[in-house]
Amino acid sequence: MELYDLTIHEAADRLARRELSSRELTQAVLDRIHQAEERVGAYVTVTEELALKQAEEADKRITAGDAAPLTGIPAAIKDVICTKGVPTTCGSRMLESFLPPYQAHVTERLLDAGLVMVGKANMDEFAMGSSTENSAFHPTHNPWDLERVPGGSSGGSAATVAASECIYALGSDTGGSIRQPASLCGVVGFKPTYGRVSRFGLVAFASSLDQIGPLTKDVTDCALVMNVIAGHDKRDATCAPLDVPDYTQSLIPDLKGIRIGVPQEYFVEGMDDDVRASIEAAVHKMEELGAEVDWEVSLPSTGYALACYYIIAPSEAMANLARYDGVKYGYSDMRGDSMWRNMELTRQHGFGDEVKRRIMLGTYALSAGYYDAYYLKAQKVRTLIRREFDAAFQRCDVLVTPVSPTPAFKLGEKVADPLQMYLSDVCTIPQNIAGIPAISVPCGFAPAGGGSASAEGGRPLASGGDGLPVGVQIMAKAFDEPTILRVAYAYEQATSWHEARPNL
Amino acid sequence: MAITREEVQHVAMLFRMSMSEEDIAKFQQQLSQIIDYFQVLQQIDTEGIPPTSQPFSLENVMRADEPRPSYPTEDILANAPLSEGGFFRVRAVLE
Repeated sequence: MELYDLTIHEAADRLARRELSSRELTQAVLDRIHQAEERVGAYVTVTEELALKQAEEADKRITAGDAAPLTGIPAAIKDVICTKGVPTTCGSRMLESFLPPYQAHVTERLLDAGLVMVGKANMDEFAMGSSTENSAFHPTHNPWDLERVPGGSSGGSAATVAASECIYALGSDTGGSIRQPASLCGVVGFKPTYGRVSRFGLVAFASSLDQIGPLTKDVTDCALVMNVIAGHDKRDATCAPLDVPDYTQSLIPDLKGIRIGVPQEYFVEGMDDDVRASIEAAVHKMEELGAEVDWEVSLPSTGYALACYYIIAPSEAMANLARYDGVKYGYSDMRGDSMWRNMELTRQHGFGDEVKRRIMLGTYALSAGYYDAYYLKAQKVRTLIRREFDAAFQRCDVLVTPVSPTPAFKLGEKVADPLQMYLSDVCTIPQNIAGIPAISVPCGFAPAGGGSASAEGGRPLASGGDGLPVGVQIMAKAFDEPTILRVAYAYEQATSWHEARPNL
Repeated sequence: MAITREEVQHVAMLFRMSMSEEDIAKFQQQLSQIIDYFQVLQQIDTEGIPPTSQPFSLENVMRADEPRPSYPTEDILANAPLSEGGFFRVRAVLE
């Protein structure tokens, strides 16, 4: 096994036993970046010098006996999270030259824990997209099949973990942007409860939906990162003033007494047969581990969540993106003869197509005469979706569903059809609408180009087998991250999907 | 189509964003398709259902109103396209 393939907990054990230094581990990851990055394109910026400097500091901390579980472990940060003095582009021309004057809360926490940052991960512009093709700089390729997308918008974060171009990454999730790429790249991706992690320093997309979370190689690593980033921060007024449990206490390898519900509405028309088979096999495995399964749970409004989301998220986005005016920071088009004209030109030339589409949808939905029919209606439907989850969680501890209706699709396949692209988020949007936590955990592989071929069920692939990763989604009521991690961990430990690595 | 060419232009100008002729045509077609899709919501009865603006009801999070240092002016202006004498500089606002 190569050093760059280590998980956080494996690397931390070796660091603690002094069998390995952070400097060696960081160099191994940087070498891997040099070898694989040209094909994967997971990063907007690689911060090699900074990483080596931070690795040296981490080694000093470890020698002094002052190490935490993440000390000296190389990580990637999605380029929507502000890193003081390190470019933070949001995948946009608009912020190509932006140097944040402050540190995001999560990067501050990670720095205190001994962060080694190897780079800023590529993403769909302003986190709007499901394939990372909307990055203004370059697309990211799926490490399992370079002709396919890694998902999005945290596609760079998912691809760099899958390709072992870092040990773990942070992403952000507004409608599936951590979980869908995690599923498509075969890694663990966790969207915590709305308010569980401070968003101070996260460039805002849709403020009632956005949340930061980890992308990792296994569930143990996910718990370790959550232990560092979760918790109250006064600088984010929506951040929950609640105590944070030790998430590693949830890593229990059995599911006795856990009640699982499988909502039928998530098995949508057009879902890939292999994905369906993988999810069903995962639920059966959880049943073997002691869980009780109810296959008849119903969340009747699920089918309306997508329309609800594509009204609410763009409406909030247009308000947030009004700050890009070419005056305070970022791209500025000064060819006009007045401030207003320059503002118009700055936005025309600074934003890409998907961002413009969402701004237009949001502005339309909030404009005079349409507010009641679209925005207010969507907010009422949001209440119905929340209530249905509340009712389901009276009877079930967790709900288990697909993450994405299909495995990774080809680059370019959905670019010309925005609505088709939006449909890739159909299973991951309702959780943001309700604010509840949800994880994607690897649960199988689907044959590339498949769709009709039937799965042979539980066929573990050796490293680099041909097939595209599939993830299973586990969700729970607000702030019940521990139960999600328990179910995810027990399932993971009983299977070997998370051990597979792509051939690169 | 659900949205006219003039509406596309009007909405873009509400946001203070100019748009090429080519984009107006493309967005008219794409936005119409998406707005048609939104009509699915009209099937649901939401009579008497209150709206949700954010998932949990944290309300009026206050802090003490105490003066504290802000970011240094030069750090903030370092990202500005144009600045002068400690201010952001823009082209003429009034004729």
